[in-house]
Amino acid sequence: KTRPPASLTNTPVLLPALPVSLVTSVFPATMALVAGPSQYGSLWPLPQKVHISDVSFKLSSSNFQITDAKESSAGPSCNLLQSAYRRYYEYVFVGPKNQKRGRDQPAGPSEVTELQVWITSPDSDCDSFPTESSDESYELSVDQPVAVLKAPKVWGALHGLETFSQLVYEDEFGAKTINSTVISDFPRFAHRGVLLDSSRHFIPVKVILANLETMAMNKFNIFHWHIVDDSSFPYLSQTFPQLSEKVRNRDGYRIRYFLRYRPNSIVPTEHRFTSFETVPFPSVFLRVWKSNPDIQKFMEQQGFGQDFTKLESFYIQRLLDIVTTTQKGYMIWQEVFDNGVKLKPDTVVHVWMDNGSDKEMAKVTAGGYTTILSAPWYLDYISIGQDWQKYYKVEPLNFNGTDDQKKLVIGGEACLWGEFVDATNLTPRLWPRACAVAERLWSAKEVTDTNDAFNRLAVHRCRLVERGIPAQPLYTSYCPREYKGI
Amino acid sequence: DAAFIRYHRLIFPDHTADNLSVSAGHASVNAESVWGVLRGLETFSQLVYQDDFGTHFVNRTDIEDSTQFQYRGLLLDTSRHYLPVPVILKTLDAMAYSKFNVFHWHIVDDPSFPYQSRTFPNLSNKGAFHPVSHVYTQSDVKRVISYARMRGIRVLPEFDSPGHTNFWGRGQSDVDSLLQKRHPSGTFGPVNPALPSTYQFMASLFKEVASVSTFFTVCFCRKSNPHIRAFMQKVGFGVDLPKLDAFYMERIVNITSALNKTSIVWQDVFDYLNIHRRIWRTMIMDFMVEVWKHGCYLCEVRRLTKAELRVILATPWYLDQPGPTHNWARYYVVEQKKLVTGWGVNLWGEYVDASNLAPRLCDERQTSSVERAFPRLQDFRCKLLRRGIQAEPLYVGHMQT
Repeated sequence: KTRPPASLTNTPVLLPALPVSLVTSVFPATMALVAGPSQYGSLWPLPQKVHISDVSFKLSSSNFQITDAKESSAGPSCNLLQSAYRRYYEYVFVGPKNQKRGRDQPAGPSEVTELQVWITSPDSDCDSFPTESSDESYELSVDQPVAVLKAPKVWGALHGLETFSQLVYEDEFGAKTINSTVISDFPRFAHRGVLLDSSRHFIPVKVILANLETMAMNKFNIFHWHIVDDSSFPYLSQTFPQLSEKVRNRDGYRIRYFLRYRPNSIVPTEHRFTSFETVPFPSVFLRVWKSNPDIQKFMEQQGFGQDFTKLESFYIQRLLDIVTTTQKGYMIWQEVFDNGVKLKPDTVVHVWMDNGSDKEMAKVTAGGYTTILSAPWYLDYISIGQDWQKYYKVEPLNFNGTDDQKKLVIGGEACLWGEFVDATNLTPRLWPRACAVAERLWSAKEVTDTNDAFNRLAVHRCRLVERGIPAQPLYTSYCPREYKGI
Repeated sequence: DAAFIRYHRLIFPDHTADNLSVSAGHASVNAESVWGVLRGLETFSQLVYQDDFGTHFVNRTDIEDSTQFQYRGLLLDTSRHYLPVPVILKTLDAMAYSKFNVFHWHIVDDPSFPYQSRTFPNLSNKGAFHPVSHVYTQSDVKRVISYARMRGIRVLPEFDSPGHTNFWGRGQSDVDSLLQKRHPSGTFGPVNPALPSTYQFMASLFKEVASVSTFFTVCFCRKSNPHIRAFMQKVGFGVDLPKLDAFYMERIVNITSALNKTSIVWQDVFDYLNIHRRIWRTMIMDFMVEVWKHGCYLCEVRRLTKAELRVILATPWYLDQPGPTHNWARYYVVEQKKLVTGWGVNLWGEYVDASNLAPRLCDERQTSSVERAFPRLQDFRCKLLRRGIQAEPLYVGHMQT
């Protein structure tokens, strides 16, 4: 062997074990992960059950199609699937394509010409929004000449299409190749989210959409849109348009999301919960509330005395009651629970404080509440080195509790708060670090081998770059097709 | 001429027509050389602002400006990750906007050798990540040098030796015969100082590289090679390894001097010689030193200037180490004295490539009083954005465009 293998999509790039030389005085010693090919190729996140054989087939851009199986309950009228077919065809055949259709040319002996998508449930869910109980499972069987993707609902089919596209690689002649494979897959956790903050810095819609695409490529299913906050109120409300009018930024400019793009239509995963911001009782509020004589009088009437936490709880309670009338569920940040506010039993509690989060998880689940975890996954905290590993090593159920308690943990979120993030640096900062969270929330608990993960993730990252997403590198490496946009 | 066109476009980005009318007055930039004019044009472009109606204004202004330091450099590492040429050119633009004047191109290193040498094509054939798509051809290098020159920027390509030469060995088997297959993955390095062919090779390579300043680090791993031991006996070094290192360094510095170039060395060389002062005194030290190690770097600067060596300071500006952006303040208050020729901002490439270079580099950590600088820096960042440079945010806020 005279140099590293050229085709990254064939096998992951070989990284020489870095001699610990000039760099050690400056950087913390990072273990040299030597990349090699994984038996699972570049699948990310790793499916629950997967077997890839050595038998390989070819795919031809002029012959290959993604179609609806005859027996499928979804057909040409299912826009969601039809546009997915087109999207995944583009992903698979990235680069110049041979447009000439070989008329009446029979498929070669080892060619896959069709991926049939078969929605097995009578109600495919094609025209609805996904919910917390949606079935996201799928089965994929790659054979020749036809590969079959079976799923009860369209959500599983979408995941299966992504997996299929990840099985395709290029041989040394650049031909698209896929091995005979059998996969049976479903997510470990139902709530797998990414939080973006468009209040601290306005995020153009284009950037949000690109990141939604990337979330889909990593099987995330929740976009937690922290749309407004102290810094700005970009949400243009129909009922209270002056909210975004009145709140002006430093230079007096108004920046808003226009209601033409209703939140529902942007977010593929519906914003199922209305999340309430309760910042741990800051002194600013206290000063303002303290100095208001009307509020003082109100507190006397209510019998709160001088206890402002009681007032806060009162406020939150009223707010939660209002939300209940909208017939949506609600998710609260953990302080609301910590401050003893009376909560409905179906409240979802978001555990985000890093200090003692395992104890908090135990407390919240002991109270019988559904829980999601983001404490160890605050991606706005950056450092030098391969910090994706630290996110990967988190085990959400590592806390003292009964099995029933642990069943209440429905998932987690990778959070990218916006103090130091905007369109210039959001995407590279979020990816591929959030990929580690994606696999932790989707794949089985036993999938913990960081070496194998590195081998798959290195190729997966180059795939994101190929698809036009500026996902930053894991370490010294190269991609056959480097990022082109500047 | 090119600069006039460029700055006209920067100041009036939306204008295609030539019918701009000026209301009154005139401006003049006086400088001793074209390089001064370039800096003056940049300053002028920063004075222009627009009101709400889009009218361009510039206030009556008098500026006298000169640089405190001759060497104001930026390092990019294209060995850990290949950076496409357009990305390098974009960086040169951003450098010009910030009045940098040296592009320190750490072009090759252990992980890859993307420089396509005319004389030794196997270096990149065997040493680049990919011999066709991940190389810098001769014309690529010329293009970068010319693009930089038009912006008043010198290009300093760096070829480390004797260490950091992993991939050299793959392309040039006689250069490296030391510690072969030291690692299971089959890496090589460092170069063999005992072979005369090593120096012939270096001389040819350096001659080829257009404008060269050689950087080199000291090698610490030659004990086990029997040929080296034999060589040392032959020339009378005995078992005195520092003598061998000094011998190698002197030969390299001689090669660069013969090409009429100055060598710049990392401080390791000086530190090493400092320990072995008896050798040091016998050497003619005609090179500049770049200080990069943590600790009391100002102590090091003092030591160097006492030895009458010119210094480039890089320690406080290691941009590859990220942190929340408001830490840009820590880069701002480094005190320098007249002894120092300049400073270098280093962005090593282990975790950086085209996907995240621009925001990582242009996070505004290179400007001197923090409180007064903040509003100016925010405005400057907006200017960079408008000029197409992806400078990342300092803190909460927004840009007009």
